[in-house]
This record gives sequence, structure tokens and C-alpha cells, in this order.
Amino acid sequence: MPKDGGIGASTKRREDVRFLTGKGRYTDDINIRGQLYAHFIRSQVAHGTIRKIDTRDAEAMPGVVKVFTSADFTGVGGIPTGWQVTSRDGQPMLEPKHPVLAEGKVRHVGDPIAVVVAETLEQARDAAEAVEIDIDELPAVMDMKAAIQGGPLVHDEIGSNLCYDWGFVEENKAAVDEAFRNAAHVTTLELVNNRLVANPMEPRVAVGDYEDHSGQHTLYTTSQNPHVIRLLMGAFVLSIPEHKLRVVAPDVGGGFGSKIYHYAEEAFVTKAAQILKRPVKWTSSRSEAFMSDAQGRDHVTRVELALDADHNFTALRCETYANMGAYLSTFAPCIPTWLHGTLLAGNYKTPLVYTNVKAVFTNTVPVDAYRGAGRPEATFQLERVIDKAARELGVSPVELRRKNFIQPDQFPYQTPVAVVYDTGNYQATLDKLLELSDHAGFEARAAESKARGKLRGFGLAHYIEACGIAPSNLVGQLGARAGLYESATVRVNATGSITVFTGSHSHGQGHETTFAQVISEMIGIDASQVEIVHGDTSNTPMGMGTYGSRSLAVGGSAMVKATNKIINKAKKIAAHLMEASEADIELKDGKFTVAGTDKEKSWVDITLAAYVPHNYPLESMEPGLEETAFYDPSNFTYPAGAYGCEVEVDPETGKVTICSFTAADDFGNVVNPMIVEGQVHGGLAQGIGQAMLENCVFDENGQLLSGSFMDYAMPRADDVPFYSVDHSCATPCTHNPLGVKGCGEAGAIGSPPAVVNAVIDALHRGGFTHVTHIDMPVSPSRVWQAMQG
Amino acid sequence: MTKVSMTVNGRTVSGEAEGRTLLVQFLREGLGLTGTHVGCDTSQCGACVVHVNGQMVKSCTVFAQDVAGADVRTIEGMANADGSLSVLQQAFQDHHGLQCGYCTPGMVMSAAALLKDNPKPTEVEVRHHLEGNICRCTGYHNIVKAVLAASGQDVSKIAAE
Amino acid sequence: MHNFDFVKPSTIAEAVSALSHEGAQALSGGQTLIPTMKQRLAAPGTLVSLTGIAEMQGVCLGDGGLHIGAATPHAVVAREAKAHYPALASLAAGIGDPAVRNRGTIGGSLANNDPAACYPSAVLASGATIVTNTRTIGADDYFQGMFTTALHDGEIITSVVFPIPEKAAYVKFDQPASRFALTGVFVAKYAGGVRVAVTGASQDGVFRWREAEAALTANFSPAAVSGLTVDSRHMIADLHGTPAYRANLVKVLTGRAVAAAS
Repeated sequence: MPKDGGIGASTKRREDVRFLTGKGRYTDDINIRGQLYAHFIRSQVAHGTIRKIDTRDAEAMPGVVKVFTSADFTGVGGIPTGWQVTSRDGQPMLEPKHPVLAEGKVRHVGDPIAVVVAETLEQARDAAEAVEIDIDELPAVMDMKAAIQGGPLVHDEIGSNLCYDWGFVEENKAAVDEAFRNAAHVTTLELVNNRLVANPMEPRVAVGDYEDHSGQHTLYTTSQNPHVIRLLMGAFVLSIPEHKLRVVAPDVGGGFGSKIYHYAEEAFVTKAAQILKRPVKWTSSRSEAFMSDAQGRDHVTRVELALDADHNFTALRCETYANMGAYLSTFAPCIPTWLHGTLLAGNYKTPLVYTNVKAVFTNTVPVDAYRGAGRPEATFQLERVIDKAARELGVSPVELRRKNFIQPDQFPYQTPVAVVYDTGNYQATLDKLLELSDHAGFEARAAESKARGKLRGFGLAHYIEACGIAPSNLVGQLGARAGLYESATVRVNATGSITVFTGSHSHGQGHETTFAQVISEMIGIDASQVEIVHGDTSNTPMGMGTYGSRSLAVGGSAMVKATNKIINKAKKIAAHLMEASEADIELKDGKFTVAGTDKEKSWVDITLAAYVPHNYPLESMEPGLEETAFYDPSNFTYPAGAYGCEVEVDPETGKVTICSFTAADDFGNVVNPMIVEGQVHGGLAQGIGQAMLENCVFDENGQLLSGSFMDYAMPRADDVPFYSVDHSCATPCTHNPLGVKGCGEAGAIGSPPAVVNAVIDALHRGGFTHVTHIDMPVSPSRVWQAMQG
Repeated sequence: MTKVSMTVNGRTVSGEAEGRTLLVQFLREGLGLTGTHVGCDTSQCGACVVHVNGQMVKSCTVFAQDVAGADVRTIEGMANADGSLSVLQQAFQDHHGLQCGYCTPGMVMSAAALLKDNPKPTEVEVRHHLEGNICRCTGYHNIVKAVLAASGQDVSKIAAE
Repeated sequence: MHNFDFVKPSTIAEAVSALSHEGAQALSGGQTLIPTMKQRLAAPGTLVSLTGIAEMQGVCLGDGGLHIGAATPHAVVAREAKAHYPALASLAAGIGDPAVRNRGTIGGSLANNDPAACYPSAVLASGATIVTNTRTIGADDYFQGMFTTALHDGEIITSVVFPIPEKAAYVKFDQPASRFALTGVFVAKYAGGVRVAVTGASQDGVFRWREAEAALTANFSPAAVSGLTVDSRHMIADLHGTPAYRANLVKVLTGRAVAAAS
């Protein structure tokens, strides 16, 4: 049994009390004396030339302080992109400017044109109606294939809508084509990975503050990574040096990727506060979020799987059109490439893989990472095409996968798509899944459903993801413009309590609890003696933040590294105090002992000595007990698992009901099982949401049809079942000190193909054998339509 | 501006409100009770649920002046008199029924209203009752479990205990 | 939203007087109007709240059937109509979500006549009478296309009178995002015949499916409608369903409502 508060214990979250009593402190809860309110006037057309903006009437309205346009931002840089992808021809991607406020043209519905700043929010909104904006509407380019075949240009100055044309692994292309020529069977599938809106329940908020006498800027913002915002906005947009710019991300109400990026509104309030010498606050409405938060997915893919006569996978070939939207968001270019192409081997021994990805500009909201980011798209196409192949070949989808798994004795495994999987056991998770989901009892349940006039189906999907992002030297070669290490400062206080300052940010993940569990385990003091501080660049070391299931694997590792430095120094102090050799000092349960003696010093004896160094080896060691470490991972981590979904389809209405959903994950070691399971539950709901409910749709003119919760279907409590989740099939990560792999995205990655596979299975069992694929979301209407033939 | 008075969490309060001032704005901006959140503008998400005269309502879809004189309870008024968590709040912590915490106040207020009318709801009833409260973090599993547990029902057999 | 003057009369007469002023608009539960005002799509100069008028509240049996005060929230109808008209109570219990049901009112729903709202189907299928401050309007005359009714400016619905059927049921297929009716069918069997009203499906708003009514009057069983076809012209096409899909739902849900009628 793990000790309470230590590694492996389902310790209750310390965060919860403030959230359960209404004492959370989110960005919108921050109000600074003298604060003004900003209201963004956004384009109502998807594409157009701005002829005129007349702000005079608005500026004369009650409470209005100033109306800003791009003319007020002439000395300011564009919103930068953090990753550069190189095309097959060796040319760098096209990288058009993304201005803070639209310059000359608007390029998507929601593109900000002007901002009214007033004493109250309602005054700003009232005045916005008096701003006269004259736009000549241009034809919008919405379809990706049309966009690169002579469609209207989103950015005239770059001369093309093709951002990049990426091939991977380009050297394998000829061999892949050859394998397809020699294949005994080829399965082909064309599919769409639907565009999603992240929709964390807290809309984005930014409050800018400026201190005239010191030149100090402060930005409070809903961010997953305040240091990244400070770096991008300070260095590239506003030219503010780091020491004059503090970025604070307090309690943040979910992110799921959408709060990674640096957004125009952050730069706006920071700059406006300086210009107006008063704090400026912007709070997004949900409607605004639908057209200004970076969205997710939106791939159109053709995937082909080649098999030999024994049903071994011999090659995989994919072609994807990836929608970038109208501008490149912070990490947009790397999502369909390095976070997607490198996962196309999946859990399988497929020796040859080639994918071509064309990233395309359209007159839509920018697209970037959303929970899973590239890996759900890779998993979906792979797991769907395998299922289709099994059906075509008349073999069990379970056995076809099993036959092609990388075997447990093959790790470390070099995939044909660059990455090296360190550990894994895919058979184990599959077996666990079949057991937990009572696969043996499926036929009986199907018969029972049939008796009620319903069609029951089972869908299986395996996934693997590259998490613990990422080795800096590797991603640097791949085009990243940032390092992806993480940092921690462990400050041991004089009386023995500990304050940890981490670069990771917690916005639902429970770091304040789990990080303390790790420290408690390592030092042997009670977890209540450990405080975790995050989210403020003024007191935490430079950190890259929370995304890509990296916090514990990378941020936790930095904390372990710093704590080991603490322990080493504390042992030296203990050795001095007990007049023993450092090599003989042992730390257990918060006590230092000398091996083979009964000498003992408590943790507090040592920490006090460090800060009251009366009896202390000052000639060889500094007083104090505080260490900082940066951890840069040597590889990605590779969580993997098997997901099973059972559905019932109502053949009269096409409505799909999820009867059960089972997840058998390998996350390596687990610090807090309760929190890990919660992460999986949440990911599953988002994946089920993508599969069955969610769809961000624009019409042919670029108008957003799903612009609110009235039309964008969020999963609700009655859309999902209790899930069955398991993480007992653990193969610990081999290259980080905790042996952890990350669990934040898995649920959203593995579940969409499991759901769709189950629906197709149900339809086939019901005799609708002509249905080979239904694009997500598999809404009642789409399922019914597919059944009609 | 009109002066509006009401009882909030047992205290008589008053403040200025325009016609258009929503109850949630009156609570958050007027009274500084920022535990009640705004997550949408179409009355769908339920982050703003409070109790008005004992009934759950979406405070973003009620004008402050329309509930003048009412008895309002918010998340800040849900703990026990000694400040400890109520049974329902404690169940949310015990069963990890919250992650980012943003939807949580609305969830708690909504669930409390359910348990008042239906002290032993079924799983289906809990899920149906919560259809107007959107959570993006938890996948609802542990929220439903917490509500069932708060009603005194055995949740130990629910998957992934 | 735009600012306005807020008034809260306590009698129908005061409300009528307040609504006679230029730019005045009635506010019932506000569950649709307030979101619309947030989008600045409605901008009344004065908003007249009807929630403080005691004579517009409540559910009781009376002449002609079940009388429901127009300002009665859905939750109250769900509770208090149950013993008298369970299908109507069940419809009320399925509108929106519990918080919406505590504010939203039957009068507000009928005055707005959203093409996907639930109540219009019950009113039309029941042949209910809309009572206003000046007159009574039969259900067949009241609904005049989506968001359009027989109400005059300043006229207030004060109550609705539902004749109680022998059997009835409402079956709703949720639009997955809004939880309004993607299609909803209300079937009510009276001594004089069966009435079938469909919401959510037509571009013209709630309508009676006359062919089904005739078939069900002759034979009140699900089989009676299985051979009918539903004309998909004029059906709504949107993100959530094609006209053909809605036409299919009309037929499927009608059969289910007949099967469920009690």
C-alpha cells in the first residue's frame, strides 16, 4: 500500500476546497482599481478588404476612452509562430503576418478589426455599434483542395494558400509505393477528422496593467503556459524585455490546448494599458470564443493500408489536407506533421510508412493543438483503416491487430517514422480490455439488443501517443523555435516545510496535490508540508507550461532533479552534524541516520542548520537549502492502450447510444490513481464528443453555423455512461526518473475510432453491410442517412 | 440605476442595477461573490446556477431587478455553518468530481437542488438533471458518482472505483 | 445588451398599460429573450416582467379542461398537471433543463413560437384555447408560422385552456446541442378524433399531420401510421438533420407516441 500522500496514493485534491466554496481566483475575478473594459469589434464576414473605419462617433459616446485600430499598432510585431515546417522541396513554410488587429483585410469571421475601450463593458459595447466599418466583401475560400487549386488568396502577399507540402518519411516514398504494388490486399479509406472547438468552460480573459514610474507591465491571462506568453509577446510582438513583463495565469478553468497560444487580445490589453496608463480588461463571451479561440483537428485524409497474403501490414500511405485557418496559430504547423506523421506506425510493425501533408490557409478561424493534437488524427485513420481491412478480409479486427503488434521483446523499438518507443506491451492492454469489457459476453448482449429492435456493435481501437514533450535538441532540428524542457525550484524553508516553484501550470490536472505527493515520497515528510506554486513568471523559473501530457513526465522530472540536489546537500549537512561520512547517511521517513549506528537527525534539524548555520561547514558549503533544476527529456514518452466501445443503434432514427466504454491504458507509473482516472474520463468524453456530437461548421461564405452551444453539441451528463478504466498494464518509462508517461490526452486519442468502429460493426451486424464508413460526428441523421444507402 | 435589495446567503444586501444588469453581474460585480461563473451566453452551460427562493436558476438569464426581494443562495453559502464542506461538497472532493473547478459551483448548486427534491436519485435521474450543466474536464463520471454518494448510496461498485 | 427600463407590474391591467408604451416588450421567463438581447438582436426600451402577476400563475381544472396561467413555469406544470394531463406534464418536464424549467413559462414559449419549441405541439394537438387579455384564440388560428402568432402588439397571453384527452403522449427527439426538439410529436386522442401536432420539423413551425390524424382516428395503433409517407418539402434543413431525416422522425415518433399514449 502506498502511504497516504505519497506516490501511488489516491490523495484527495487540496485544490478542491477553494473551488467547492467559490473561492477560486480565475482571471475574470481579478479587477484592478481604475480598470477599463475592452470590447473587440470582429469581422462579420470571412474575407474582405477594409475600406474605412470611422471611430469618431463612437469616441464621443459616454464612457469611451479610446477606440483602437491597427493604426495604433503600427510599431508592433505580428503574433509569432513557434514552429517552422519545411516542405518536400526544401523550402520553408509560408508564414504570413498575423497582426494584432486586422491590417487592410479581414480573413475570417471573428478577425478583430477595432477595439473600444470604455469605463464599463456595456459602454464599450454600446459604442461599438457606432464604429463605422466599411468592408468590401471578397469571395471566401473554404474548401482546402479548392484553396490550393487557384482559389482566392487568403494572404495576397505570399501568393499561395499552400502553407507547406510536407512528406514523411520522404526517403521511404519509393519503397512504400513499391510495397503497395506488391501487396496482396490494399484497403483504402477517405475520411474527415472533424473540426472541433476546445471550449474550456472558462472563456479566455486578459487584464493588462502598467506601472508608469517603473515601466513594469503585468498581464493576467488564462494561459496554460505564462512563460511562453511572456517570451512570445515580449520578444516578438511588443518588444518588452522579460524583466519588465510579468505574466500571471491564476486559476485557469480548463485549456485542452486552446490556452497554450499567444493571442492578440493579450498583446492588446498589455499595450493598451501602457498607452492609456490604466488597467484594461477583456473577457471573452462564449460566442466570441467560438470565433477567436484556436480550434482543433480539421483534416481531410486518404489512407491506404497494404497487407501481404498472411495479413501482415506491409506499408501505410496517407495523404492529408490540414486546415490552418486564416493565420498560423502558435504551434499550428507542427500538429499535422511532427505530432501526427510520427505516430502513424501506431502499435504495429508496419515496416514502411509514408505520409504527405498539405497545410492550407482558408478563411476560417485558426486551427492548432486541441487535446491530443495530431495524435488523434493519426490514430483515427490508422484504427479505422485496420478495421475496414479486417472487414474486407473477413478476419477479426481483434486478431488482425494482435497479429501485427510490435512484440513485448522488441523494445526499444525503432519505428519507420523516426521515433523510438522505449517500452510497451500492447498484447497486455488488449487482453485486459477484452476481459474488462466482457468481450466473451458480447454476442449474448447483441442478441438481447436485437430482441429490443436495436443493433449492438463492438468497436476496438488501439492508440499510442508521443508525450512528455519534448527533447529540445530533437525538436530544434524539426523546426521548433523553443526549447521544451521544464523547470522547478525547490525551496526548503528553515523549519522544514517546502515550497516548490514549477514551470508547469495546473488548470484542472491537480499538480498542487500530485507534485506534493512526489516530494513527500522522496523526503518522507507529510505532503501537507509541501506547497506547489505555479502560474506567475515573477516567482517561478522559466518553464514551458502544460500541454502534450508533459507536466509530470517533464515538469515532475525537473522537480525530482531539484529535490535530489536538495537531498544531496541535506546529507552533507547531516554528515557534518553527526560527524559521519556522507556516504553513510541515509534518508528515510524524514529522518537522517548514519548506517550501522543509532545516530539520527530529523529533517527539521537539517533544514534549521541550513538557515541557522552556527555549526555548519561554511568553508565548503553555502548556507540555505534551495535548488533549481531544468529537465530536458532524452526521448518522448509513449503511453498506449486499448479502448473498447459497445454501442446500440436505433435503426429507425439512427441514434447511437454508448452502452459501455472500457479503457485499458499503459501510463507507466502512476502517482495518483484517482487523478489519472479522472484525466482519462475527461479525455473519453471529449473523444466521444468528437465521435458523436461535436462539429464546427462554416457555410460556403465562411459564416460559422455552429457558433454557440445551441448548435455546437457539447457532451452532457446524459450522453455518456460510467466508464471502465484501468491502468494496471504498466511498463514504466525507461528514461525519466519517475517512470511516468503522461495521461492527459489518451482518452481523447483512443476513443473516436473505437466509437466509429462500434457503429460500423453494429450496422454490419444489422445487415447494413454497404456502410463502410461514416464521418464524425456519427450523428443520428448521418447514421440514418448511411443506412438508407 | 435602480437600488435593488435581496437576501444573499442569509444576508440582506443591496446595490445599484441597471435594467439590463443580470443577477450574475449583480452577484459578481456588485457583491464581489465571484464563485458564480459565466461560461456561455445562451443559457446552456449552467456555470452560473444559483438558487432563487430555493429553486435553481441560471443567474445569467435573470435580471437582477426581476428577483428584487428574493432569497438567493450561491456557492459561497453552501458550506456548513462552521465553514466545513457540506456533505455534497465533501462528496465532490472525495470522488474527484471536479478538475478545473470552473463549472463546479453551478454543478454543486444544481445537484443540491436535485437532492432537495429527490433525496435518492438514480444514475439516470442524476444525469438527466445535470443536462443543463456542462463540464469539459471530468467526463461527468465522478460528478455523477459524487452526487449519488452524497445521497447516501453505495457507489463502491461503480467502475473504476 | 442595450439598456432598458425594467418594470414589474402585479396585475394584468398594469402590465397591459405598461406594454402600451412605444418600445415596450413583455418579459416572461426570459429564457429565450434574454440570450437574444445579449446578442443585441432585440432592444426593447422597456421590459415589462410578467413574473410578478399572481393571476397569471397556476394550474387548475376548470371549464373546458385544464387551465394553466401563462406565467406558470414549466417545472410547475410538470408537477401540477401530472394528475390531470400526464402527457402535458411530461412535455413540460422535458423542456430545456431544470434551471430553465424554473424560469421559462408556457405563455412565453407560446408567444415566441419557436419552430422547435415543445409547447406549441401540445397546444395544437390538444386544440387548446389561448386566452389573452382581450380575447380567446383557438389553437388552429393561433400559430401562423415560425416566430409568428395571432397576437397583436401589446396583447398578453394570460392563460391556456387544455381540453383533457382520453389518451395522449409527446415524444421528443432532442437536437443534440440545444436540446430543443429536432422533431417532437404530440398525439392526443379525444372522443371526437385524434389530433397529431409536430414541432421542430417544419419551416412553417408547428403543424398538424392530418393524414396521421385520420388514420389514427380510424385505428389508434402504431401500425396505422406505418404505411403513411411524410412530405419532406418544407421541412427544416440544418446542421442536425436533413428534410428527409426530419420527415422520417415525424413518422417514427408519431408511432412511438401512439404506443406510449396513456
